[in-house]
Amino acid sequence: MGEHTVSSFDQDLEHIDKLIREMSDLAASMVRDAIRALLHTDAAAAQRIISEDAVMDAKQREIDDSAITLIAKRQPMAQDLRAVLGAIRMAGDLERIGDLAKNVAKRVGAVGEGSTPRGLSHGIDDMATLVLAQIKGVIAAYAARKPEDLRTLRVDDEKIDLKYTSVFRELLTYMMEDPRNITACTHLLFCAKNLERIGDHMTNIAENAYYVLTGSQLPANRPKQDETATTVLAE
Amino acid sequence: MNIMSQEKLEEAVSGGMTAKPNEVIKMQGRKVGVFYGDKQALFDVDLDVRQNQVTALIGPSGCGKSTFLRCLNRMNDTIDSARVTGKITLDGEDVYDPKIDVVELRARVGMVFQKPNPFPKSIYENVAYGPKIHGLAKNKAELDQIVESSLKKAALWNEAKDRLNEPGTGLSGGQQQRLCIARAIAVSPEVILMDEPCSALDPIATAKVEELIDELKQNYTIVIVTHSMQQAARVSQRTAMFHLGYLVEEGATDKMFTNPDDKRTQDYITGRFG
Repeated sequence: MGEHTVSSFDQDLEHIDKLIREMSDLAASMVRDAIRALLHTDAAAAQRIISEDAVMDAKQREIDDSAITLIAKRQPMAQDLRAVLGAIRMAGDLERIGDLAKNVAKRVGAVGEGSTPRGLSHGIDDMATLVLAQIKGVIAAYAARKPEDLRTLRVDDEKIDLKYTSVFRELLTYMMEDPRNITACTHLLFCAKNLERIGDHMTNIAENAYYVLTGSQLPANRPKQDETATTVLAE
Repeated sequence: MNIMSQEKLEEAVSGGMTAKPNEVIKMQGRKVGVFYGDKQALFDVDLDVRQNQVTALIGPSGCGKSTFLRCLNRMNDTIDSARVTGKITLDGEDVYDPKIDVVELRARVGMVFQKPNPFPKSIYENVAYGPKIHGLAKNKAELDQIVESSLKKAALWNEAKDRLNEPGTGLSGGQQQRLCIARAIAVSPEVILMDEPCSALDPIATAKVEELIDELKQNYTIVIVTHSMQQAARVSQRTAMFHLGYLVEEGATDKMFTNPDDKRTQDYITGRFG
């Protein structure tokens, strides 16, 4: 990135880059901890995640301010311009991921109150593993400036979608088996939906990062495997 | 599901990125080289100038961009030691052909310089001079008409109409530069060359000249040398990047300033040079 004739320009860009890395790390830990709190009914951890969302929001505002100041002061061009614009957009997606993790954390109490069979949550655990791998992969590929990895990772979102469809079916089955599962399963369904949305935000981030690194856009179409909008269970 | 096909979608996406280029080549340079004495200042430049578009020439000082600009209307002829090789055409006609009348060429390919340089005469005389020596007006009424329309096209009429007989040098810097543009326009050129036309102007005068350039391109072909990246990005449709006497890269301005192909262009426009 570096080697501008004006070295403070480099410092400004590095500051924005550092904030993006911090937001990415925070997003990853919030998602990981929220799912762990959900699976272990850990109310204290849930509370901590809810409060971390404010940190996330503050960092996003800081990126916005820094980016706008940089544009006003330095009129960035080419890869610098893409980096600044990309940071603004990635920060938006990361902030949304924080919101979704917080929403999972908020449901910890509601899911835990009933005597939820552990079995209900297995699918979610698997889904979370996929999502976390996606977050880590995208962050690492961007940090290492590897656009081809980002292209591959973007396609991986379909695995999350497939898993989500199967969790959806699984939870519907539990609800049909025993109506007392409905409250917990509905909350778990929202949690699964949140994970699926987090996957979509990571896809956005991967696409953005690809554009920042290469200057060209990935093709608009990619495979979509989320079939829950049309899923019904036969009697 | 998607209602747009992949192809249509990509077309829609890329269509917004670049304006449809005007393909008519007004001037063309092929293997253009310039020597000042023994020293070669420009090497093998192949560059097309498209009609009714603004082509910006950028690059660090000494890169050859002004040298190339001055080849287009043979301004380098005025330097004794300068020698031009290769071929430059205007509408397909070789401008270095011995049969070409250089005075007529410079009427067709006008020039505006870095520092406003009005003649030490009245505003009227500054604009009327060219049409007079080229015999473009049959009588005073026609000449008045040319002066008025040139000043209007240069967006100076409203400020100058009540003081046409005052000296051109009494105008402000920005007005003087627009007077020089009016003077260039008065002989009905086809191409206007501008060598850093705003470098001596304040931001407001600069904005007026840029607005003017935007309007002028409807009737003229413009080539501009500028040190301001933002100006090149704002006013031009095509950008050519020069470095150490070579043409490094030429392309659509939108692409050059967001995603240039050449590392040297990238380093220059992002401020990473030297």
